[in-house]
Amino acid sequence: MRNPRLLGAYHGYTLKNTTALLAAAAIGCASLVGSANTAFAQEKTLKIGIVTFLSGGAAGPFGVPARNAAELVIEAINSGSVPAPYQIAGIGGATIDPIFVDENSKQKNADFQKLVEKNGVEMVVGYISSASCLAIAPEAEKLKKLTILFDCGTPQVFEQTVTDPKYTFRTGGLATMDSVGAVRYLQKMGMNVSSYAGMNQNYAWGQDSWRDFAGSMAQVYNSARVVSEQFPKVAVGQYDSEVSALLTGKPDVIHSSFWGGDMEAFVIQGSARSVFQRSKMLLTAGETAMHRLAAQMPDGTIIGARGTHGELAPQSALNDWFRKAYFDRFGALPTYPSYKMAQALLGVKAAADKAGSSDQDELIGAMKGLEWEGPSGKISMALANGHQAVQDIAYGTYKYDKENGKATLVDVVRFKASCVNPPAGVKSGDWIAGGFKGADCN
Amino acid sequence: MLTMVAIAVDGLGFAAWLFLSSVGLTLIYGVMRILNIAHGGFYALGAYSAAWAIGLYTQGGGPIAFTYLLIPIAAFVAGVIAGLLVERGILRFMYGRDEVLMVLVTYAIFLILEDVTKLIWGTESYVSYQPALWLGTVDIFGLPYTVYKFLIIGVAIVCGLLLFWGLNHTRVGKLLLVVIQDREISSALGINVTLFFTVTFLIGATLGALGGALTAPEVSVVPGIGSEIIVMAFAVIVIGGMGSIGGAMIGALIVGFARAASVHLYPPAELFVIYLVMAAVLAFKPYGLFALAESRKI
Repeated sequence: MRNPRLLGAYHGYTLKNTTALLAAAAIGCASLVGSANTAFAQEKTLKIGIVTFLSGGAAGPFGVPARNAAELVIEAINSGSVPAPYQIAGIGGATIDPIFVDENSKQKNADFQKLVEKNGVEMVVGYISSASCLAIAPEAEKLKKLTILFDCGTPQVFEQTVTDPKYTFRTGGLATMDSVGAVRYLQKMGMNVSSYAGMNQNYAWGQDSWRDFAGSMAQVYNSARVVSEQFPKVAVGQYDSEVSALLTGKPDVIHSSFWGGDMEAFVIQGSARSVFQRSKMLLTAGETAMHRLAAQMPDGTIIGARGTHGELAPQSALNDWFRKAYFDRFGALPTYPSYKMAQALLGVKAAADKAGSSDQDELIGAMKGLEWEGPSGKISMALANGHQAVQDIAYGTYKYDKENGKATLVDVVRFKASCVNPPAGVKSGDWIAGGFKGADCN
Repeated sequence: MLTMVAIAVDGLGFAAWLFLSSVGLTLIYGVMRILNIAHGGFYALGAYSAAWAIGLYTQGGGPIAFTYLLIPIAAFVAGVIAGLLVERGILRFMYGRDEVLMVLVTYAIFLILEDVTKLIWGTESYVSYQPALWLGTVDIFGLPYTVYKFLIIGVAIVCGLLLFWGLNHTRVGKLLLVVIQDREISSALGINVTLFFTVTFLIGATLGALGGALTAPEVSVVPGIGSEIIVMAFAVIVIGGMGSIGGAMIGALIVGFARAASVHLYPPAELFVIYLVMAAVLAFKPYGLFALAESRKI
């Protein structure tokens, strides 16, 4: 079933004449007939604001794949076509009615207020940028509106900004696990590292990622030294100076949490000037670009997906369904932002099924400490008093299959959530500085 | 020593990119007194046109050498079409209005152009690296640099020289200098000022598109690509003196070397070094280093 409101919302369709109105009415009737088995049981609708980048540099690699996943999963939830254990149609007896909003806005808080107060949404699922999450989390608490942060990674959200959350949840993992997992992968692969460098964007995400990576390196490779720390401005696109600095520093390993167009530009410029060949490159968010860059991504690059998403997802009926449905509909495989959106919406669905209701207070109660299955495996709301998710993470090494023209990952290693995340009640920076106390890697 | 060499080459490369991206902006301001924020839109159109054309062409398996011809063609087509539509369709009705109003008008045009690029090319990134890689690299004291980067430096020098020569040694250029000096007197002397405005705007728009088109093979062309450049281009022309082509060149060199030095010697300063330089220059020369002399009308 395709929801006409959903289509209208993101394609910007306008009905300009009677013919179009009649056509819309016909489509609406057809949809109702097609979903007769569920529609009578679900007269109630649950308005959800979905916020991702629909414009700007993050739209292509992040925002649009996330929006596509939202569209796909919401329609499947409404029609009851998600595989078990999500086969019951709707959310606590209600049909989801999404409103898509562009995260690429200078007035994110005002947009959020508008969603809550004018559009009357009962829940907001969104936010890719860490800067957005830091701005929205306090707003969600102030307006007392259930808000699910699905992608951003900065630990600051619950460690510094909203330390006692009631309405804000994050269903995606912390940036901490990306960095700790990356260092554990180097160790697992037997890498000897005497020097390393960082190439990260100059805002919360890049700074936090580098802090956690450098902190973890200091624990695992305590004699290794930092030879270069680069923090270029987001979207500057020209990295000749940074690449030269990385070349002159001659690090064994280069860590980068770059994403989107910045990452693709860095790969193009860095590989052309052999920096990927001279140092081991570690791209914690590299999975989003590996299919697009294909032969241009140098073999041997270590690739992460901010969890066990995308190419690193485990095989399961849910994952098989998600990959096939996404590919059939959008002509491309889902990357990690799609997975993270799917796992957020399925988390809401699991909470509603558990509570037997789509009421906000019931949902909040069910969400706290929830465990559920997503296409990437098990997710647990284990941190921040049950408001912050943890999950496993995996890394792999890039290899381009020339014969088939396919981007692949080899030497994939999976680390348990308890191995790469701090225990409940411990701040990520303190946990790393304290030598990963309580980590369970067996 | 190696660091100094790297600063010199990186600074020159960054300056060339900045100059190509900002010279059209300063030309339009010099002649038309329009602070053209839509310049970022022309840059983006050039980048998308080139990346799209190169992608389409290389998929066909043709020789890479031909892509170097596609870049200026894409820039010319994008710049002329968009420039004509903007100048003839909107700006000509606004001539003589307050400069601040023109900033708002061109900002609105910039936003429209951003949406135009999304309507035409969507939100996916476009990668067209073939021209940047095909020429290979050269080693400078052990540091590999793409030959394409030197090609951009060469194009920037040629553009600068052509503009300087065209303005100072051709009849049309000298007439343009007269228009820059005083529009009313120029008009009274029989110079077709409107035509000069149109041609200048087209040249400026095409230069903006050329900046984007030449950059496309080195980057991932994504929505919003024009936003970042417009901020830096303004910094360059403010440092050099708004309306001065020589100033744009010097401004680009100052910013280029300042940024490269910061990245190599003190990376945390990279974010604000450009604006630090701009503030320092403006503290001593409030109208920029090579601001054009303003005649006072009584």
